[in-house]
Formats: sequence, structure tokens, C-alpha cells
Amino acid sequence: MKRVYVNERWCLGCRLCEYNCAHANSGVKRMSAALKGRRIYPRIRVEEVASTRGSATGLVTFAVSCRHCIDPRCVRSCISGALTRSSEGVVRIDKERCVGCLTCVLACPYGAVMEGPEGVAQKCELCSQTGYDSPNCVAGCPNRALVYEERI
Amino acid sequence: MKKGSDVKRYVIIGNGVAAVGCVEGIRSVDPEGAITIVSSERWHAYCRPLISYYLEGRAAIPRMSYRGEDFYRVNHCELLLGVRAVKLDASARTVALDDGSVLSYDTVCLATGSSPFVPPMTGLETVANKHSFMTLDDAIKLEQSVDTSSRVLIVGAGLIGLKCAEGLCERVASITVCDLAPRVLSSVLDQECAERMQALLESHGMRFFLGDSVAQFRGNCAIMHGGAQVEFDALVLAVGVRANIGLAREIGAKCGRAIQVDAHMSTSVSGVYAAGDCTESYDASSGTIKVMALMPNAYQQGFCAGLNMSGHSHEYLEGIPMNAIGFWGLHALTAGTRYSEEEGGQTYVERDAEHIKKLYIKDGKLTGMILLGEVERAGIYCQMIRSGRALDSVDFDAMQIRPSLSALSSSERGHILGELV
Repeated sequence: MKRVYVNERWCLGCRLCEYNCAHANSGVKRMSAALKGRRIYPRIRVEEVASTRGSATGLVTFAVSCRHCIDPRCVRSCISGALTRSSEGVVRIDKERCVGCLTCVLACPYGAVMEGPEGVAQKCELCSQTGYDSPNCVAGCPNRALVYEERI
Repeated sequence: MKKGSDVKRYVIIGNGVAAVGCVEGIRSVDPEGAITIVSSERWHAYCRPLISYYLEGRAAIPRMSYRGEDFYRVNHCELLLGVRAVKLDASARTVALDDGSVLSYDTVCLATGSSPFVPPMTGLETVANKHSFMTLDDAIKLEQSVDTSSRVLIVGAGLIGLKCAEGLCERVASITVCDLAPRVLSSVLDQECAERMQALLESHGMRFFLGDSVAQFRGNCAIMHGGAQVEFDALVLAVGVRANIGLAREIGAKCGRAIQVDAHMSTSVSGVYAAGDCTESYDASSGTIKVMALMPNAYQQGFCAGLNMSGHSHEYLEGIPMNAIGFWGLHALTAGTRYSEEEGGQTYVERDAEHIKKLYIKDGKLTGMILLGEVERAGIYCQMIRSGRALDSVDFDAMQIRPSLSALSSSERGHILGELV
């Protein structure tokens, strides 16, 4: 199955992936109407770490989103059955069933599940629920630090 | 297709999350074995903690099923609801049910959970409207017995009592909670965090009697040891739970406070496994054996039991106490073991008006945590606790301020973010 992979050597730290994620998940067509003046709740998050090697700014940046683990702890910890792993391997959350207990936030070793604006958990579902053909974070990454491909 | 004696026969006693884990564990390796599930309840498997959300109106019964409605059919399980397993015969490998029938098994999993523990209380028999809060049927009965004029007294300020209180809060006139412990949620929070949580609950109208208990009930009045008298219309007893170990003990399986299982979820009796709240097992955060009656462990133990029952050796040694609880948007995420300074522990503390963070460190490892308010990426700490990873293998100075993969080396991050995990 194709997943989103990040190579921090190419990440500019521009956070476009965060905006493109929030846009794809807004259900609103125009980006400015969807995002301008609003707090965004992206499912992919850019993080940074101080580094002196190969970085004039002294920072290395990278984006983190759901790894769609083969054996996902979030799914195994979910108290409501809202989190599931599809037969292809996409880890999804049914927001109607989620009660917002955040056990999944406690379970995910990568910090890739978070509380969303509705008080229930959210995570990357590889844009399978957004109506986009492929993950919008990858589509908008200007330096191909994010890729959507199959790796073994 | 295998025929006759080649097909393994599995019996699972109980139909909660551990049972679901067991079914999925078995089916991950054995598509053909015959699985029979015995449950004294009448429902599709549901997760117990959801019953407070049911009261609150945030979980409807059709959506409370832990798996899809076709779960038992897809997994070829025979589901016997409303019957109780009354006796195991470990040498004949049979289970006798209270409807008179007898099931044969090759391996059996005890996923019997726990039951409310009601200590002797003077005058309890004079209370007409009293409840436990463990099962969906308990929640339905409680719901039917209260209305907007009801004054509710809850005995027990632990996870069960307080989630019950939250679920009822908007539906009744008043809620009073008492507990012998000096603080709310005493099993998961320390005094400071508990006080924050209590203040929030009080701001929603709940009244507390802590460090106090009921000396005597007289009909609809509870007389506290501290002297107060609390009038109520409905009483909820949420003092604690006890593991259901009767079946195991009768066949001589080793039990402490719960059924003892090894890393394979095997009891001391051949062919008999156990998983979930009825067990005591290895806590990776303290290296001790304890009862960790918590949902994530129940599923994982069930899954592990299922694998071993079908002849695939598998160990589960990653269990730690972990708990996520929230009230009105204030979340408390806790994990692991907290050691005091006298026990050789150190604590990293952050606090402001909105949040409290406490990280507990011992012998160069993170052993426990409490995060109140700000809980983002809590799982990164939890993973450190679960794995017992040495703190000097990460940038812990940065990580204690902010849990992030940035505290890992670039190559380790490359593995996590660039490979299949």
C-alpha cells in the first residue's frame, strides 16, 4: 500500500503541508474561504530540531503524519471501535463513534493522532475521506520532501 | 477444509474487548477453528467505558458495538448470549453452562472481566433505588430510574464513579460524590492534579465528600462518618471492582487478586488462558505483576491469548498502566509508575493555569507520567515508558519540555518516517 513518507533532508519547513491538509479536510473548495483567519487543525505537523550540520538556519525540519502502522497501537487501544485498519492497511477513524477519550493520543508512539476541533480524535487517512485523489500534503510539497509511494 | 478432529475448538468465556482481541488473534492464524463465545450479557461486544457516554447521550446503543454488526458472522463465531459458564473441567476440557449444555474445547480463554465490589454498609438494604455502573444494562437501568428532579449520591470518586457522574450531570438535579480516599481519581492522579480536576467538576455543580464514607444508610439518607447527612433519590455504588476468578480458582489455577497469567496469557492450568480485567500480569513500567484492568491491555492480552491458543507462540510483555480520562474537555493522560524521591525517583514538573505535566524518572528511564490539560503527542512519552528506553539515548532535555520525534537521532527518525513500521 502507498503511504506518505518524509525525507527531512528536503523539508524546507514551509508548513504548506499543514495548510494543504487542513484545506483538503475542510470540505471547502476555495483555500482562502476554508482557512483564512481560522485556526487550522492539520493532521500532518511540521516539527523542528536544532542542528548545526548542513543547515544555515541551525534547524532541521520534518513533517509527521500517521505511519499507517502494520500493527497500529491506536486501533488496538481504541475504546469505542472508532479506529479501524482497512484490509488494504489504511488506519481510519469514524468520528461518529469516537467519544474523544484520547486513549489513541496516549497510544501512538509517533504523536500522529491528535484532538480535532470537534473534541474527537483525528488523524491522517491518506485523503481517503477527503475526496482528493491522493494525499494533498504530498501534492503541494514544493521540494518533494513528502512522497506518496509503496515501500517494502 | 480441515475436517473433524483437525479443526481446533476454542471457547471464549466473556464477550468484552479481551474476547474480541482473542477472536482476532485466533483468526489471524487459524481461519477454520470453531470459536464459541459465551456471555451472560445480551449485547454485541461493547466497550465498558462507553456506558457513561451512553448516559451523556454521546453514544447510542447501535453505535456502541465494538466491532461491526457482522463481526461474529465474518469471524465464524458461535455466539451464546444470556448464558453463564458455571464450571470448567480442565482434564476433560469441557465448560458447563447454566442452561445445562456442555461445550468441549481444545483451548479456552477466560475473559470474564470484573464485577462491582460492594463492601458491607450498614443499612444498605433500606435503600430502594441503588445501582452498580459496570454494564450497559446497569446504565440503562440507572437511566430509567432518574429524572431531572433526582438527587444522586455516588459512592466512589474513581474512574467509574466520576464518569458516571459526568454522564448523569445534565440529566439530574444534583450529584454528590463521596470517597474514602482524600482525592478524586486516586488510582491515576496525584493530589495536585486531582484538585484541579475536582475544581472543574465542582464548577459543574458536583459536591464532594472526600476522606469520608457512609456510616449508615437510612432509606434515602446517607449519614456520613464526618457527620453530614446526604439526602438522595438514587444511589450508585462505584467503590471498586474485583476480578471474576471463580471459574479459574475452582480448577486450581493460580490466582492472586486476579488470575495469574504468563507472557503467553496462559494460566497455570494446561489449555486454559485468560485475558483482560480478570487477570494480573507483567507491568513493564515497574517490572512487577499487577492487575491492570485497562482497555488497551485487555485487547492486547486477548489477541496474544488467541495466538497462543491456536498454537503460535507469542509473548505480550508490553503492558503498562495507562489511562486517558477527560471531563468537559479537560483531559488527563497518565501512564506507568510514579516513584517518590524516597524510592529513588526524580520528577520533572511543569505547571501553569491551564496544564500540569509531571514526568517520573528512575534509574535513567522514564517510568511514569501525568499530563493534565496539554496532552499533544503524549504517546511519545508513553512509548519511552513502555520500552524502558535509556533517557541518554534521546535528547531528553528537549523531550521533557516537548514530546517530539525531534529528540531522536536523524537516522532513527529516518527509519520511522521513511520506512514501513
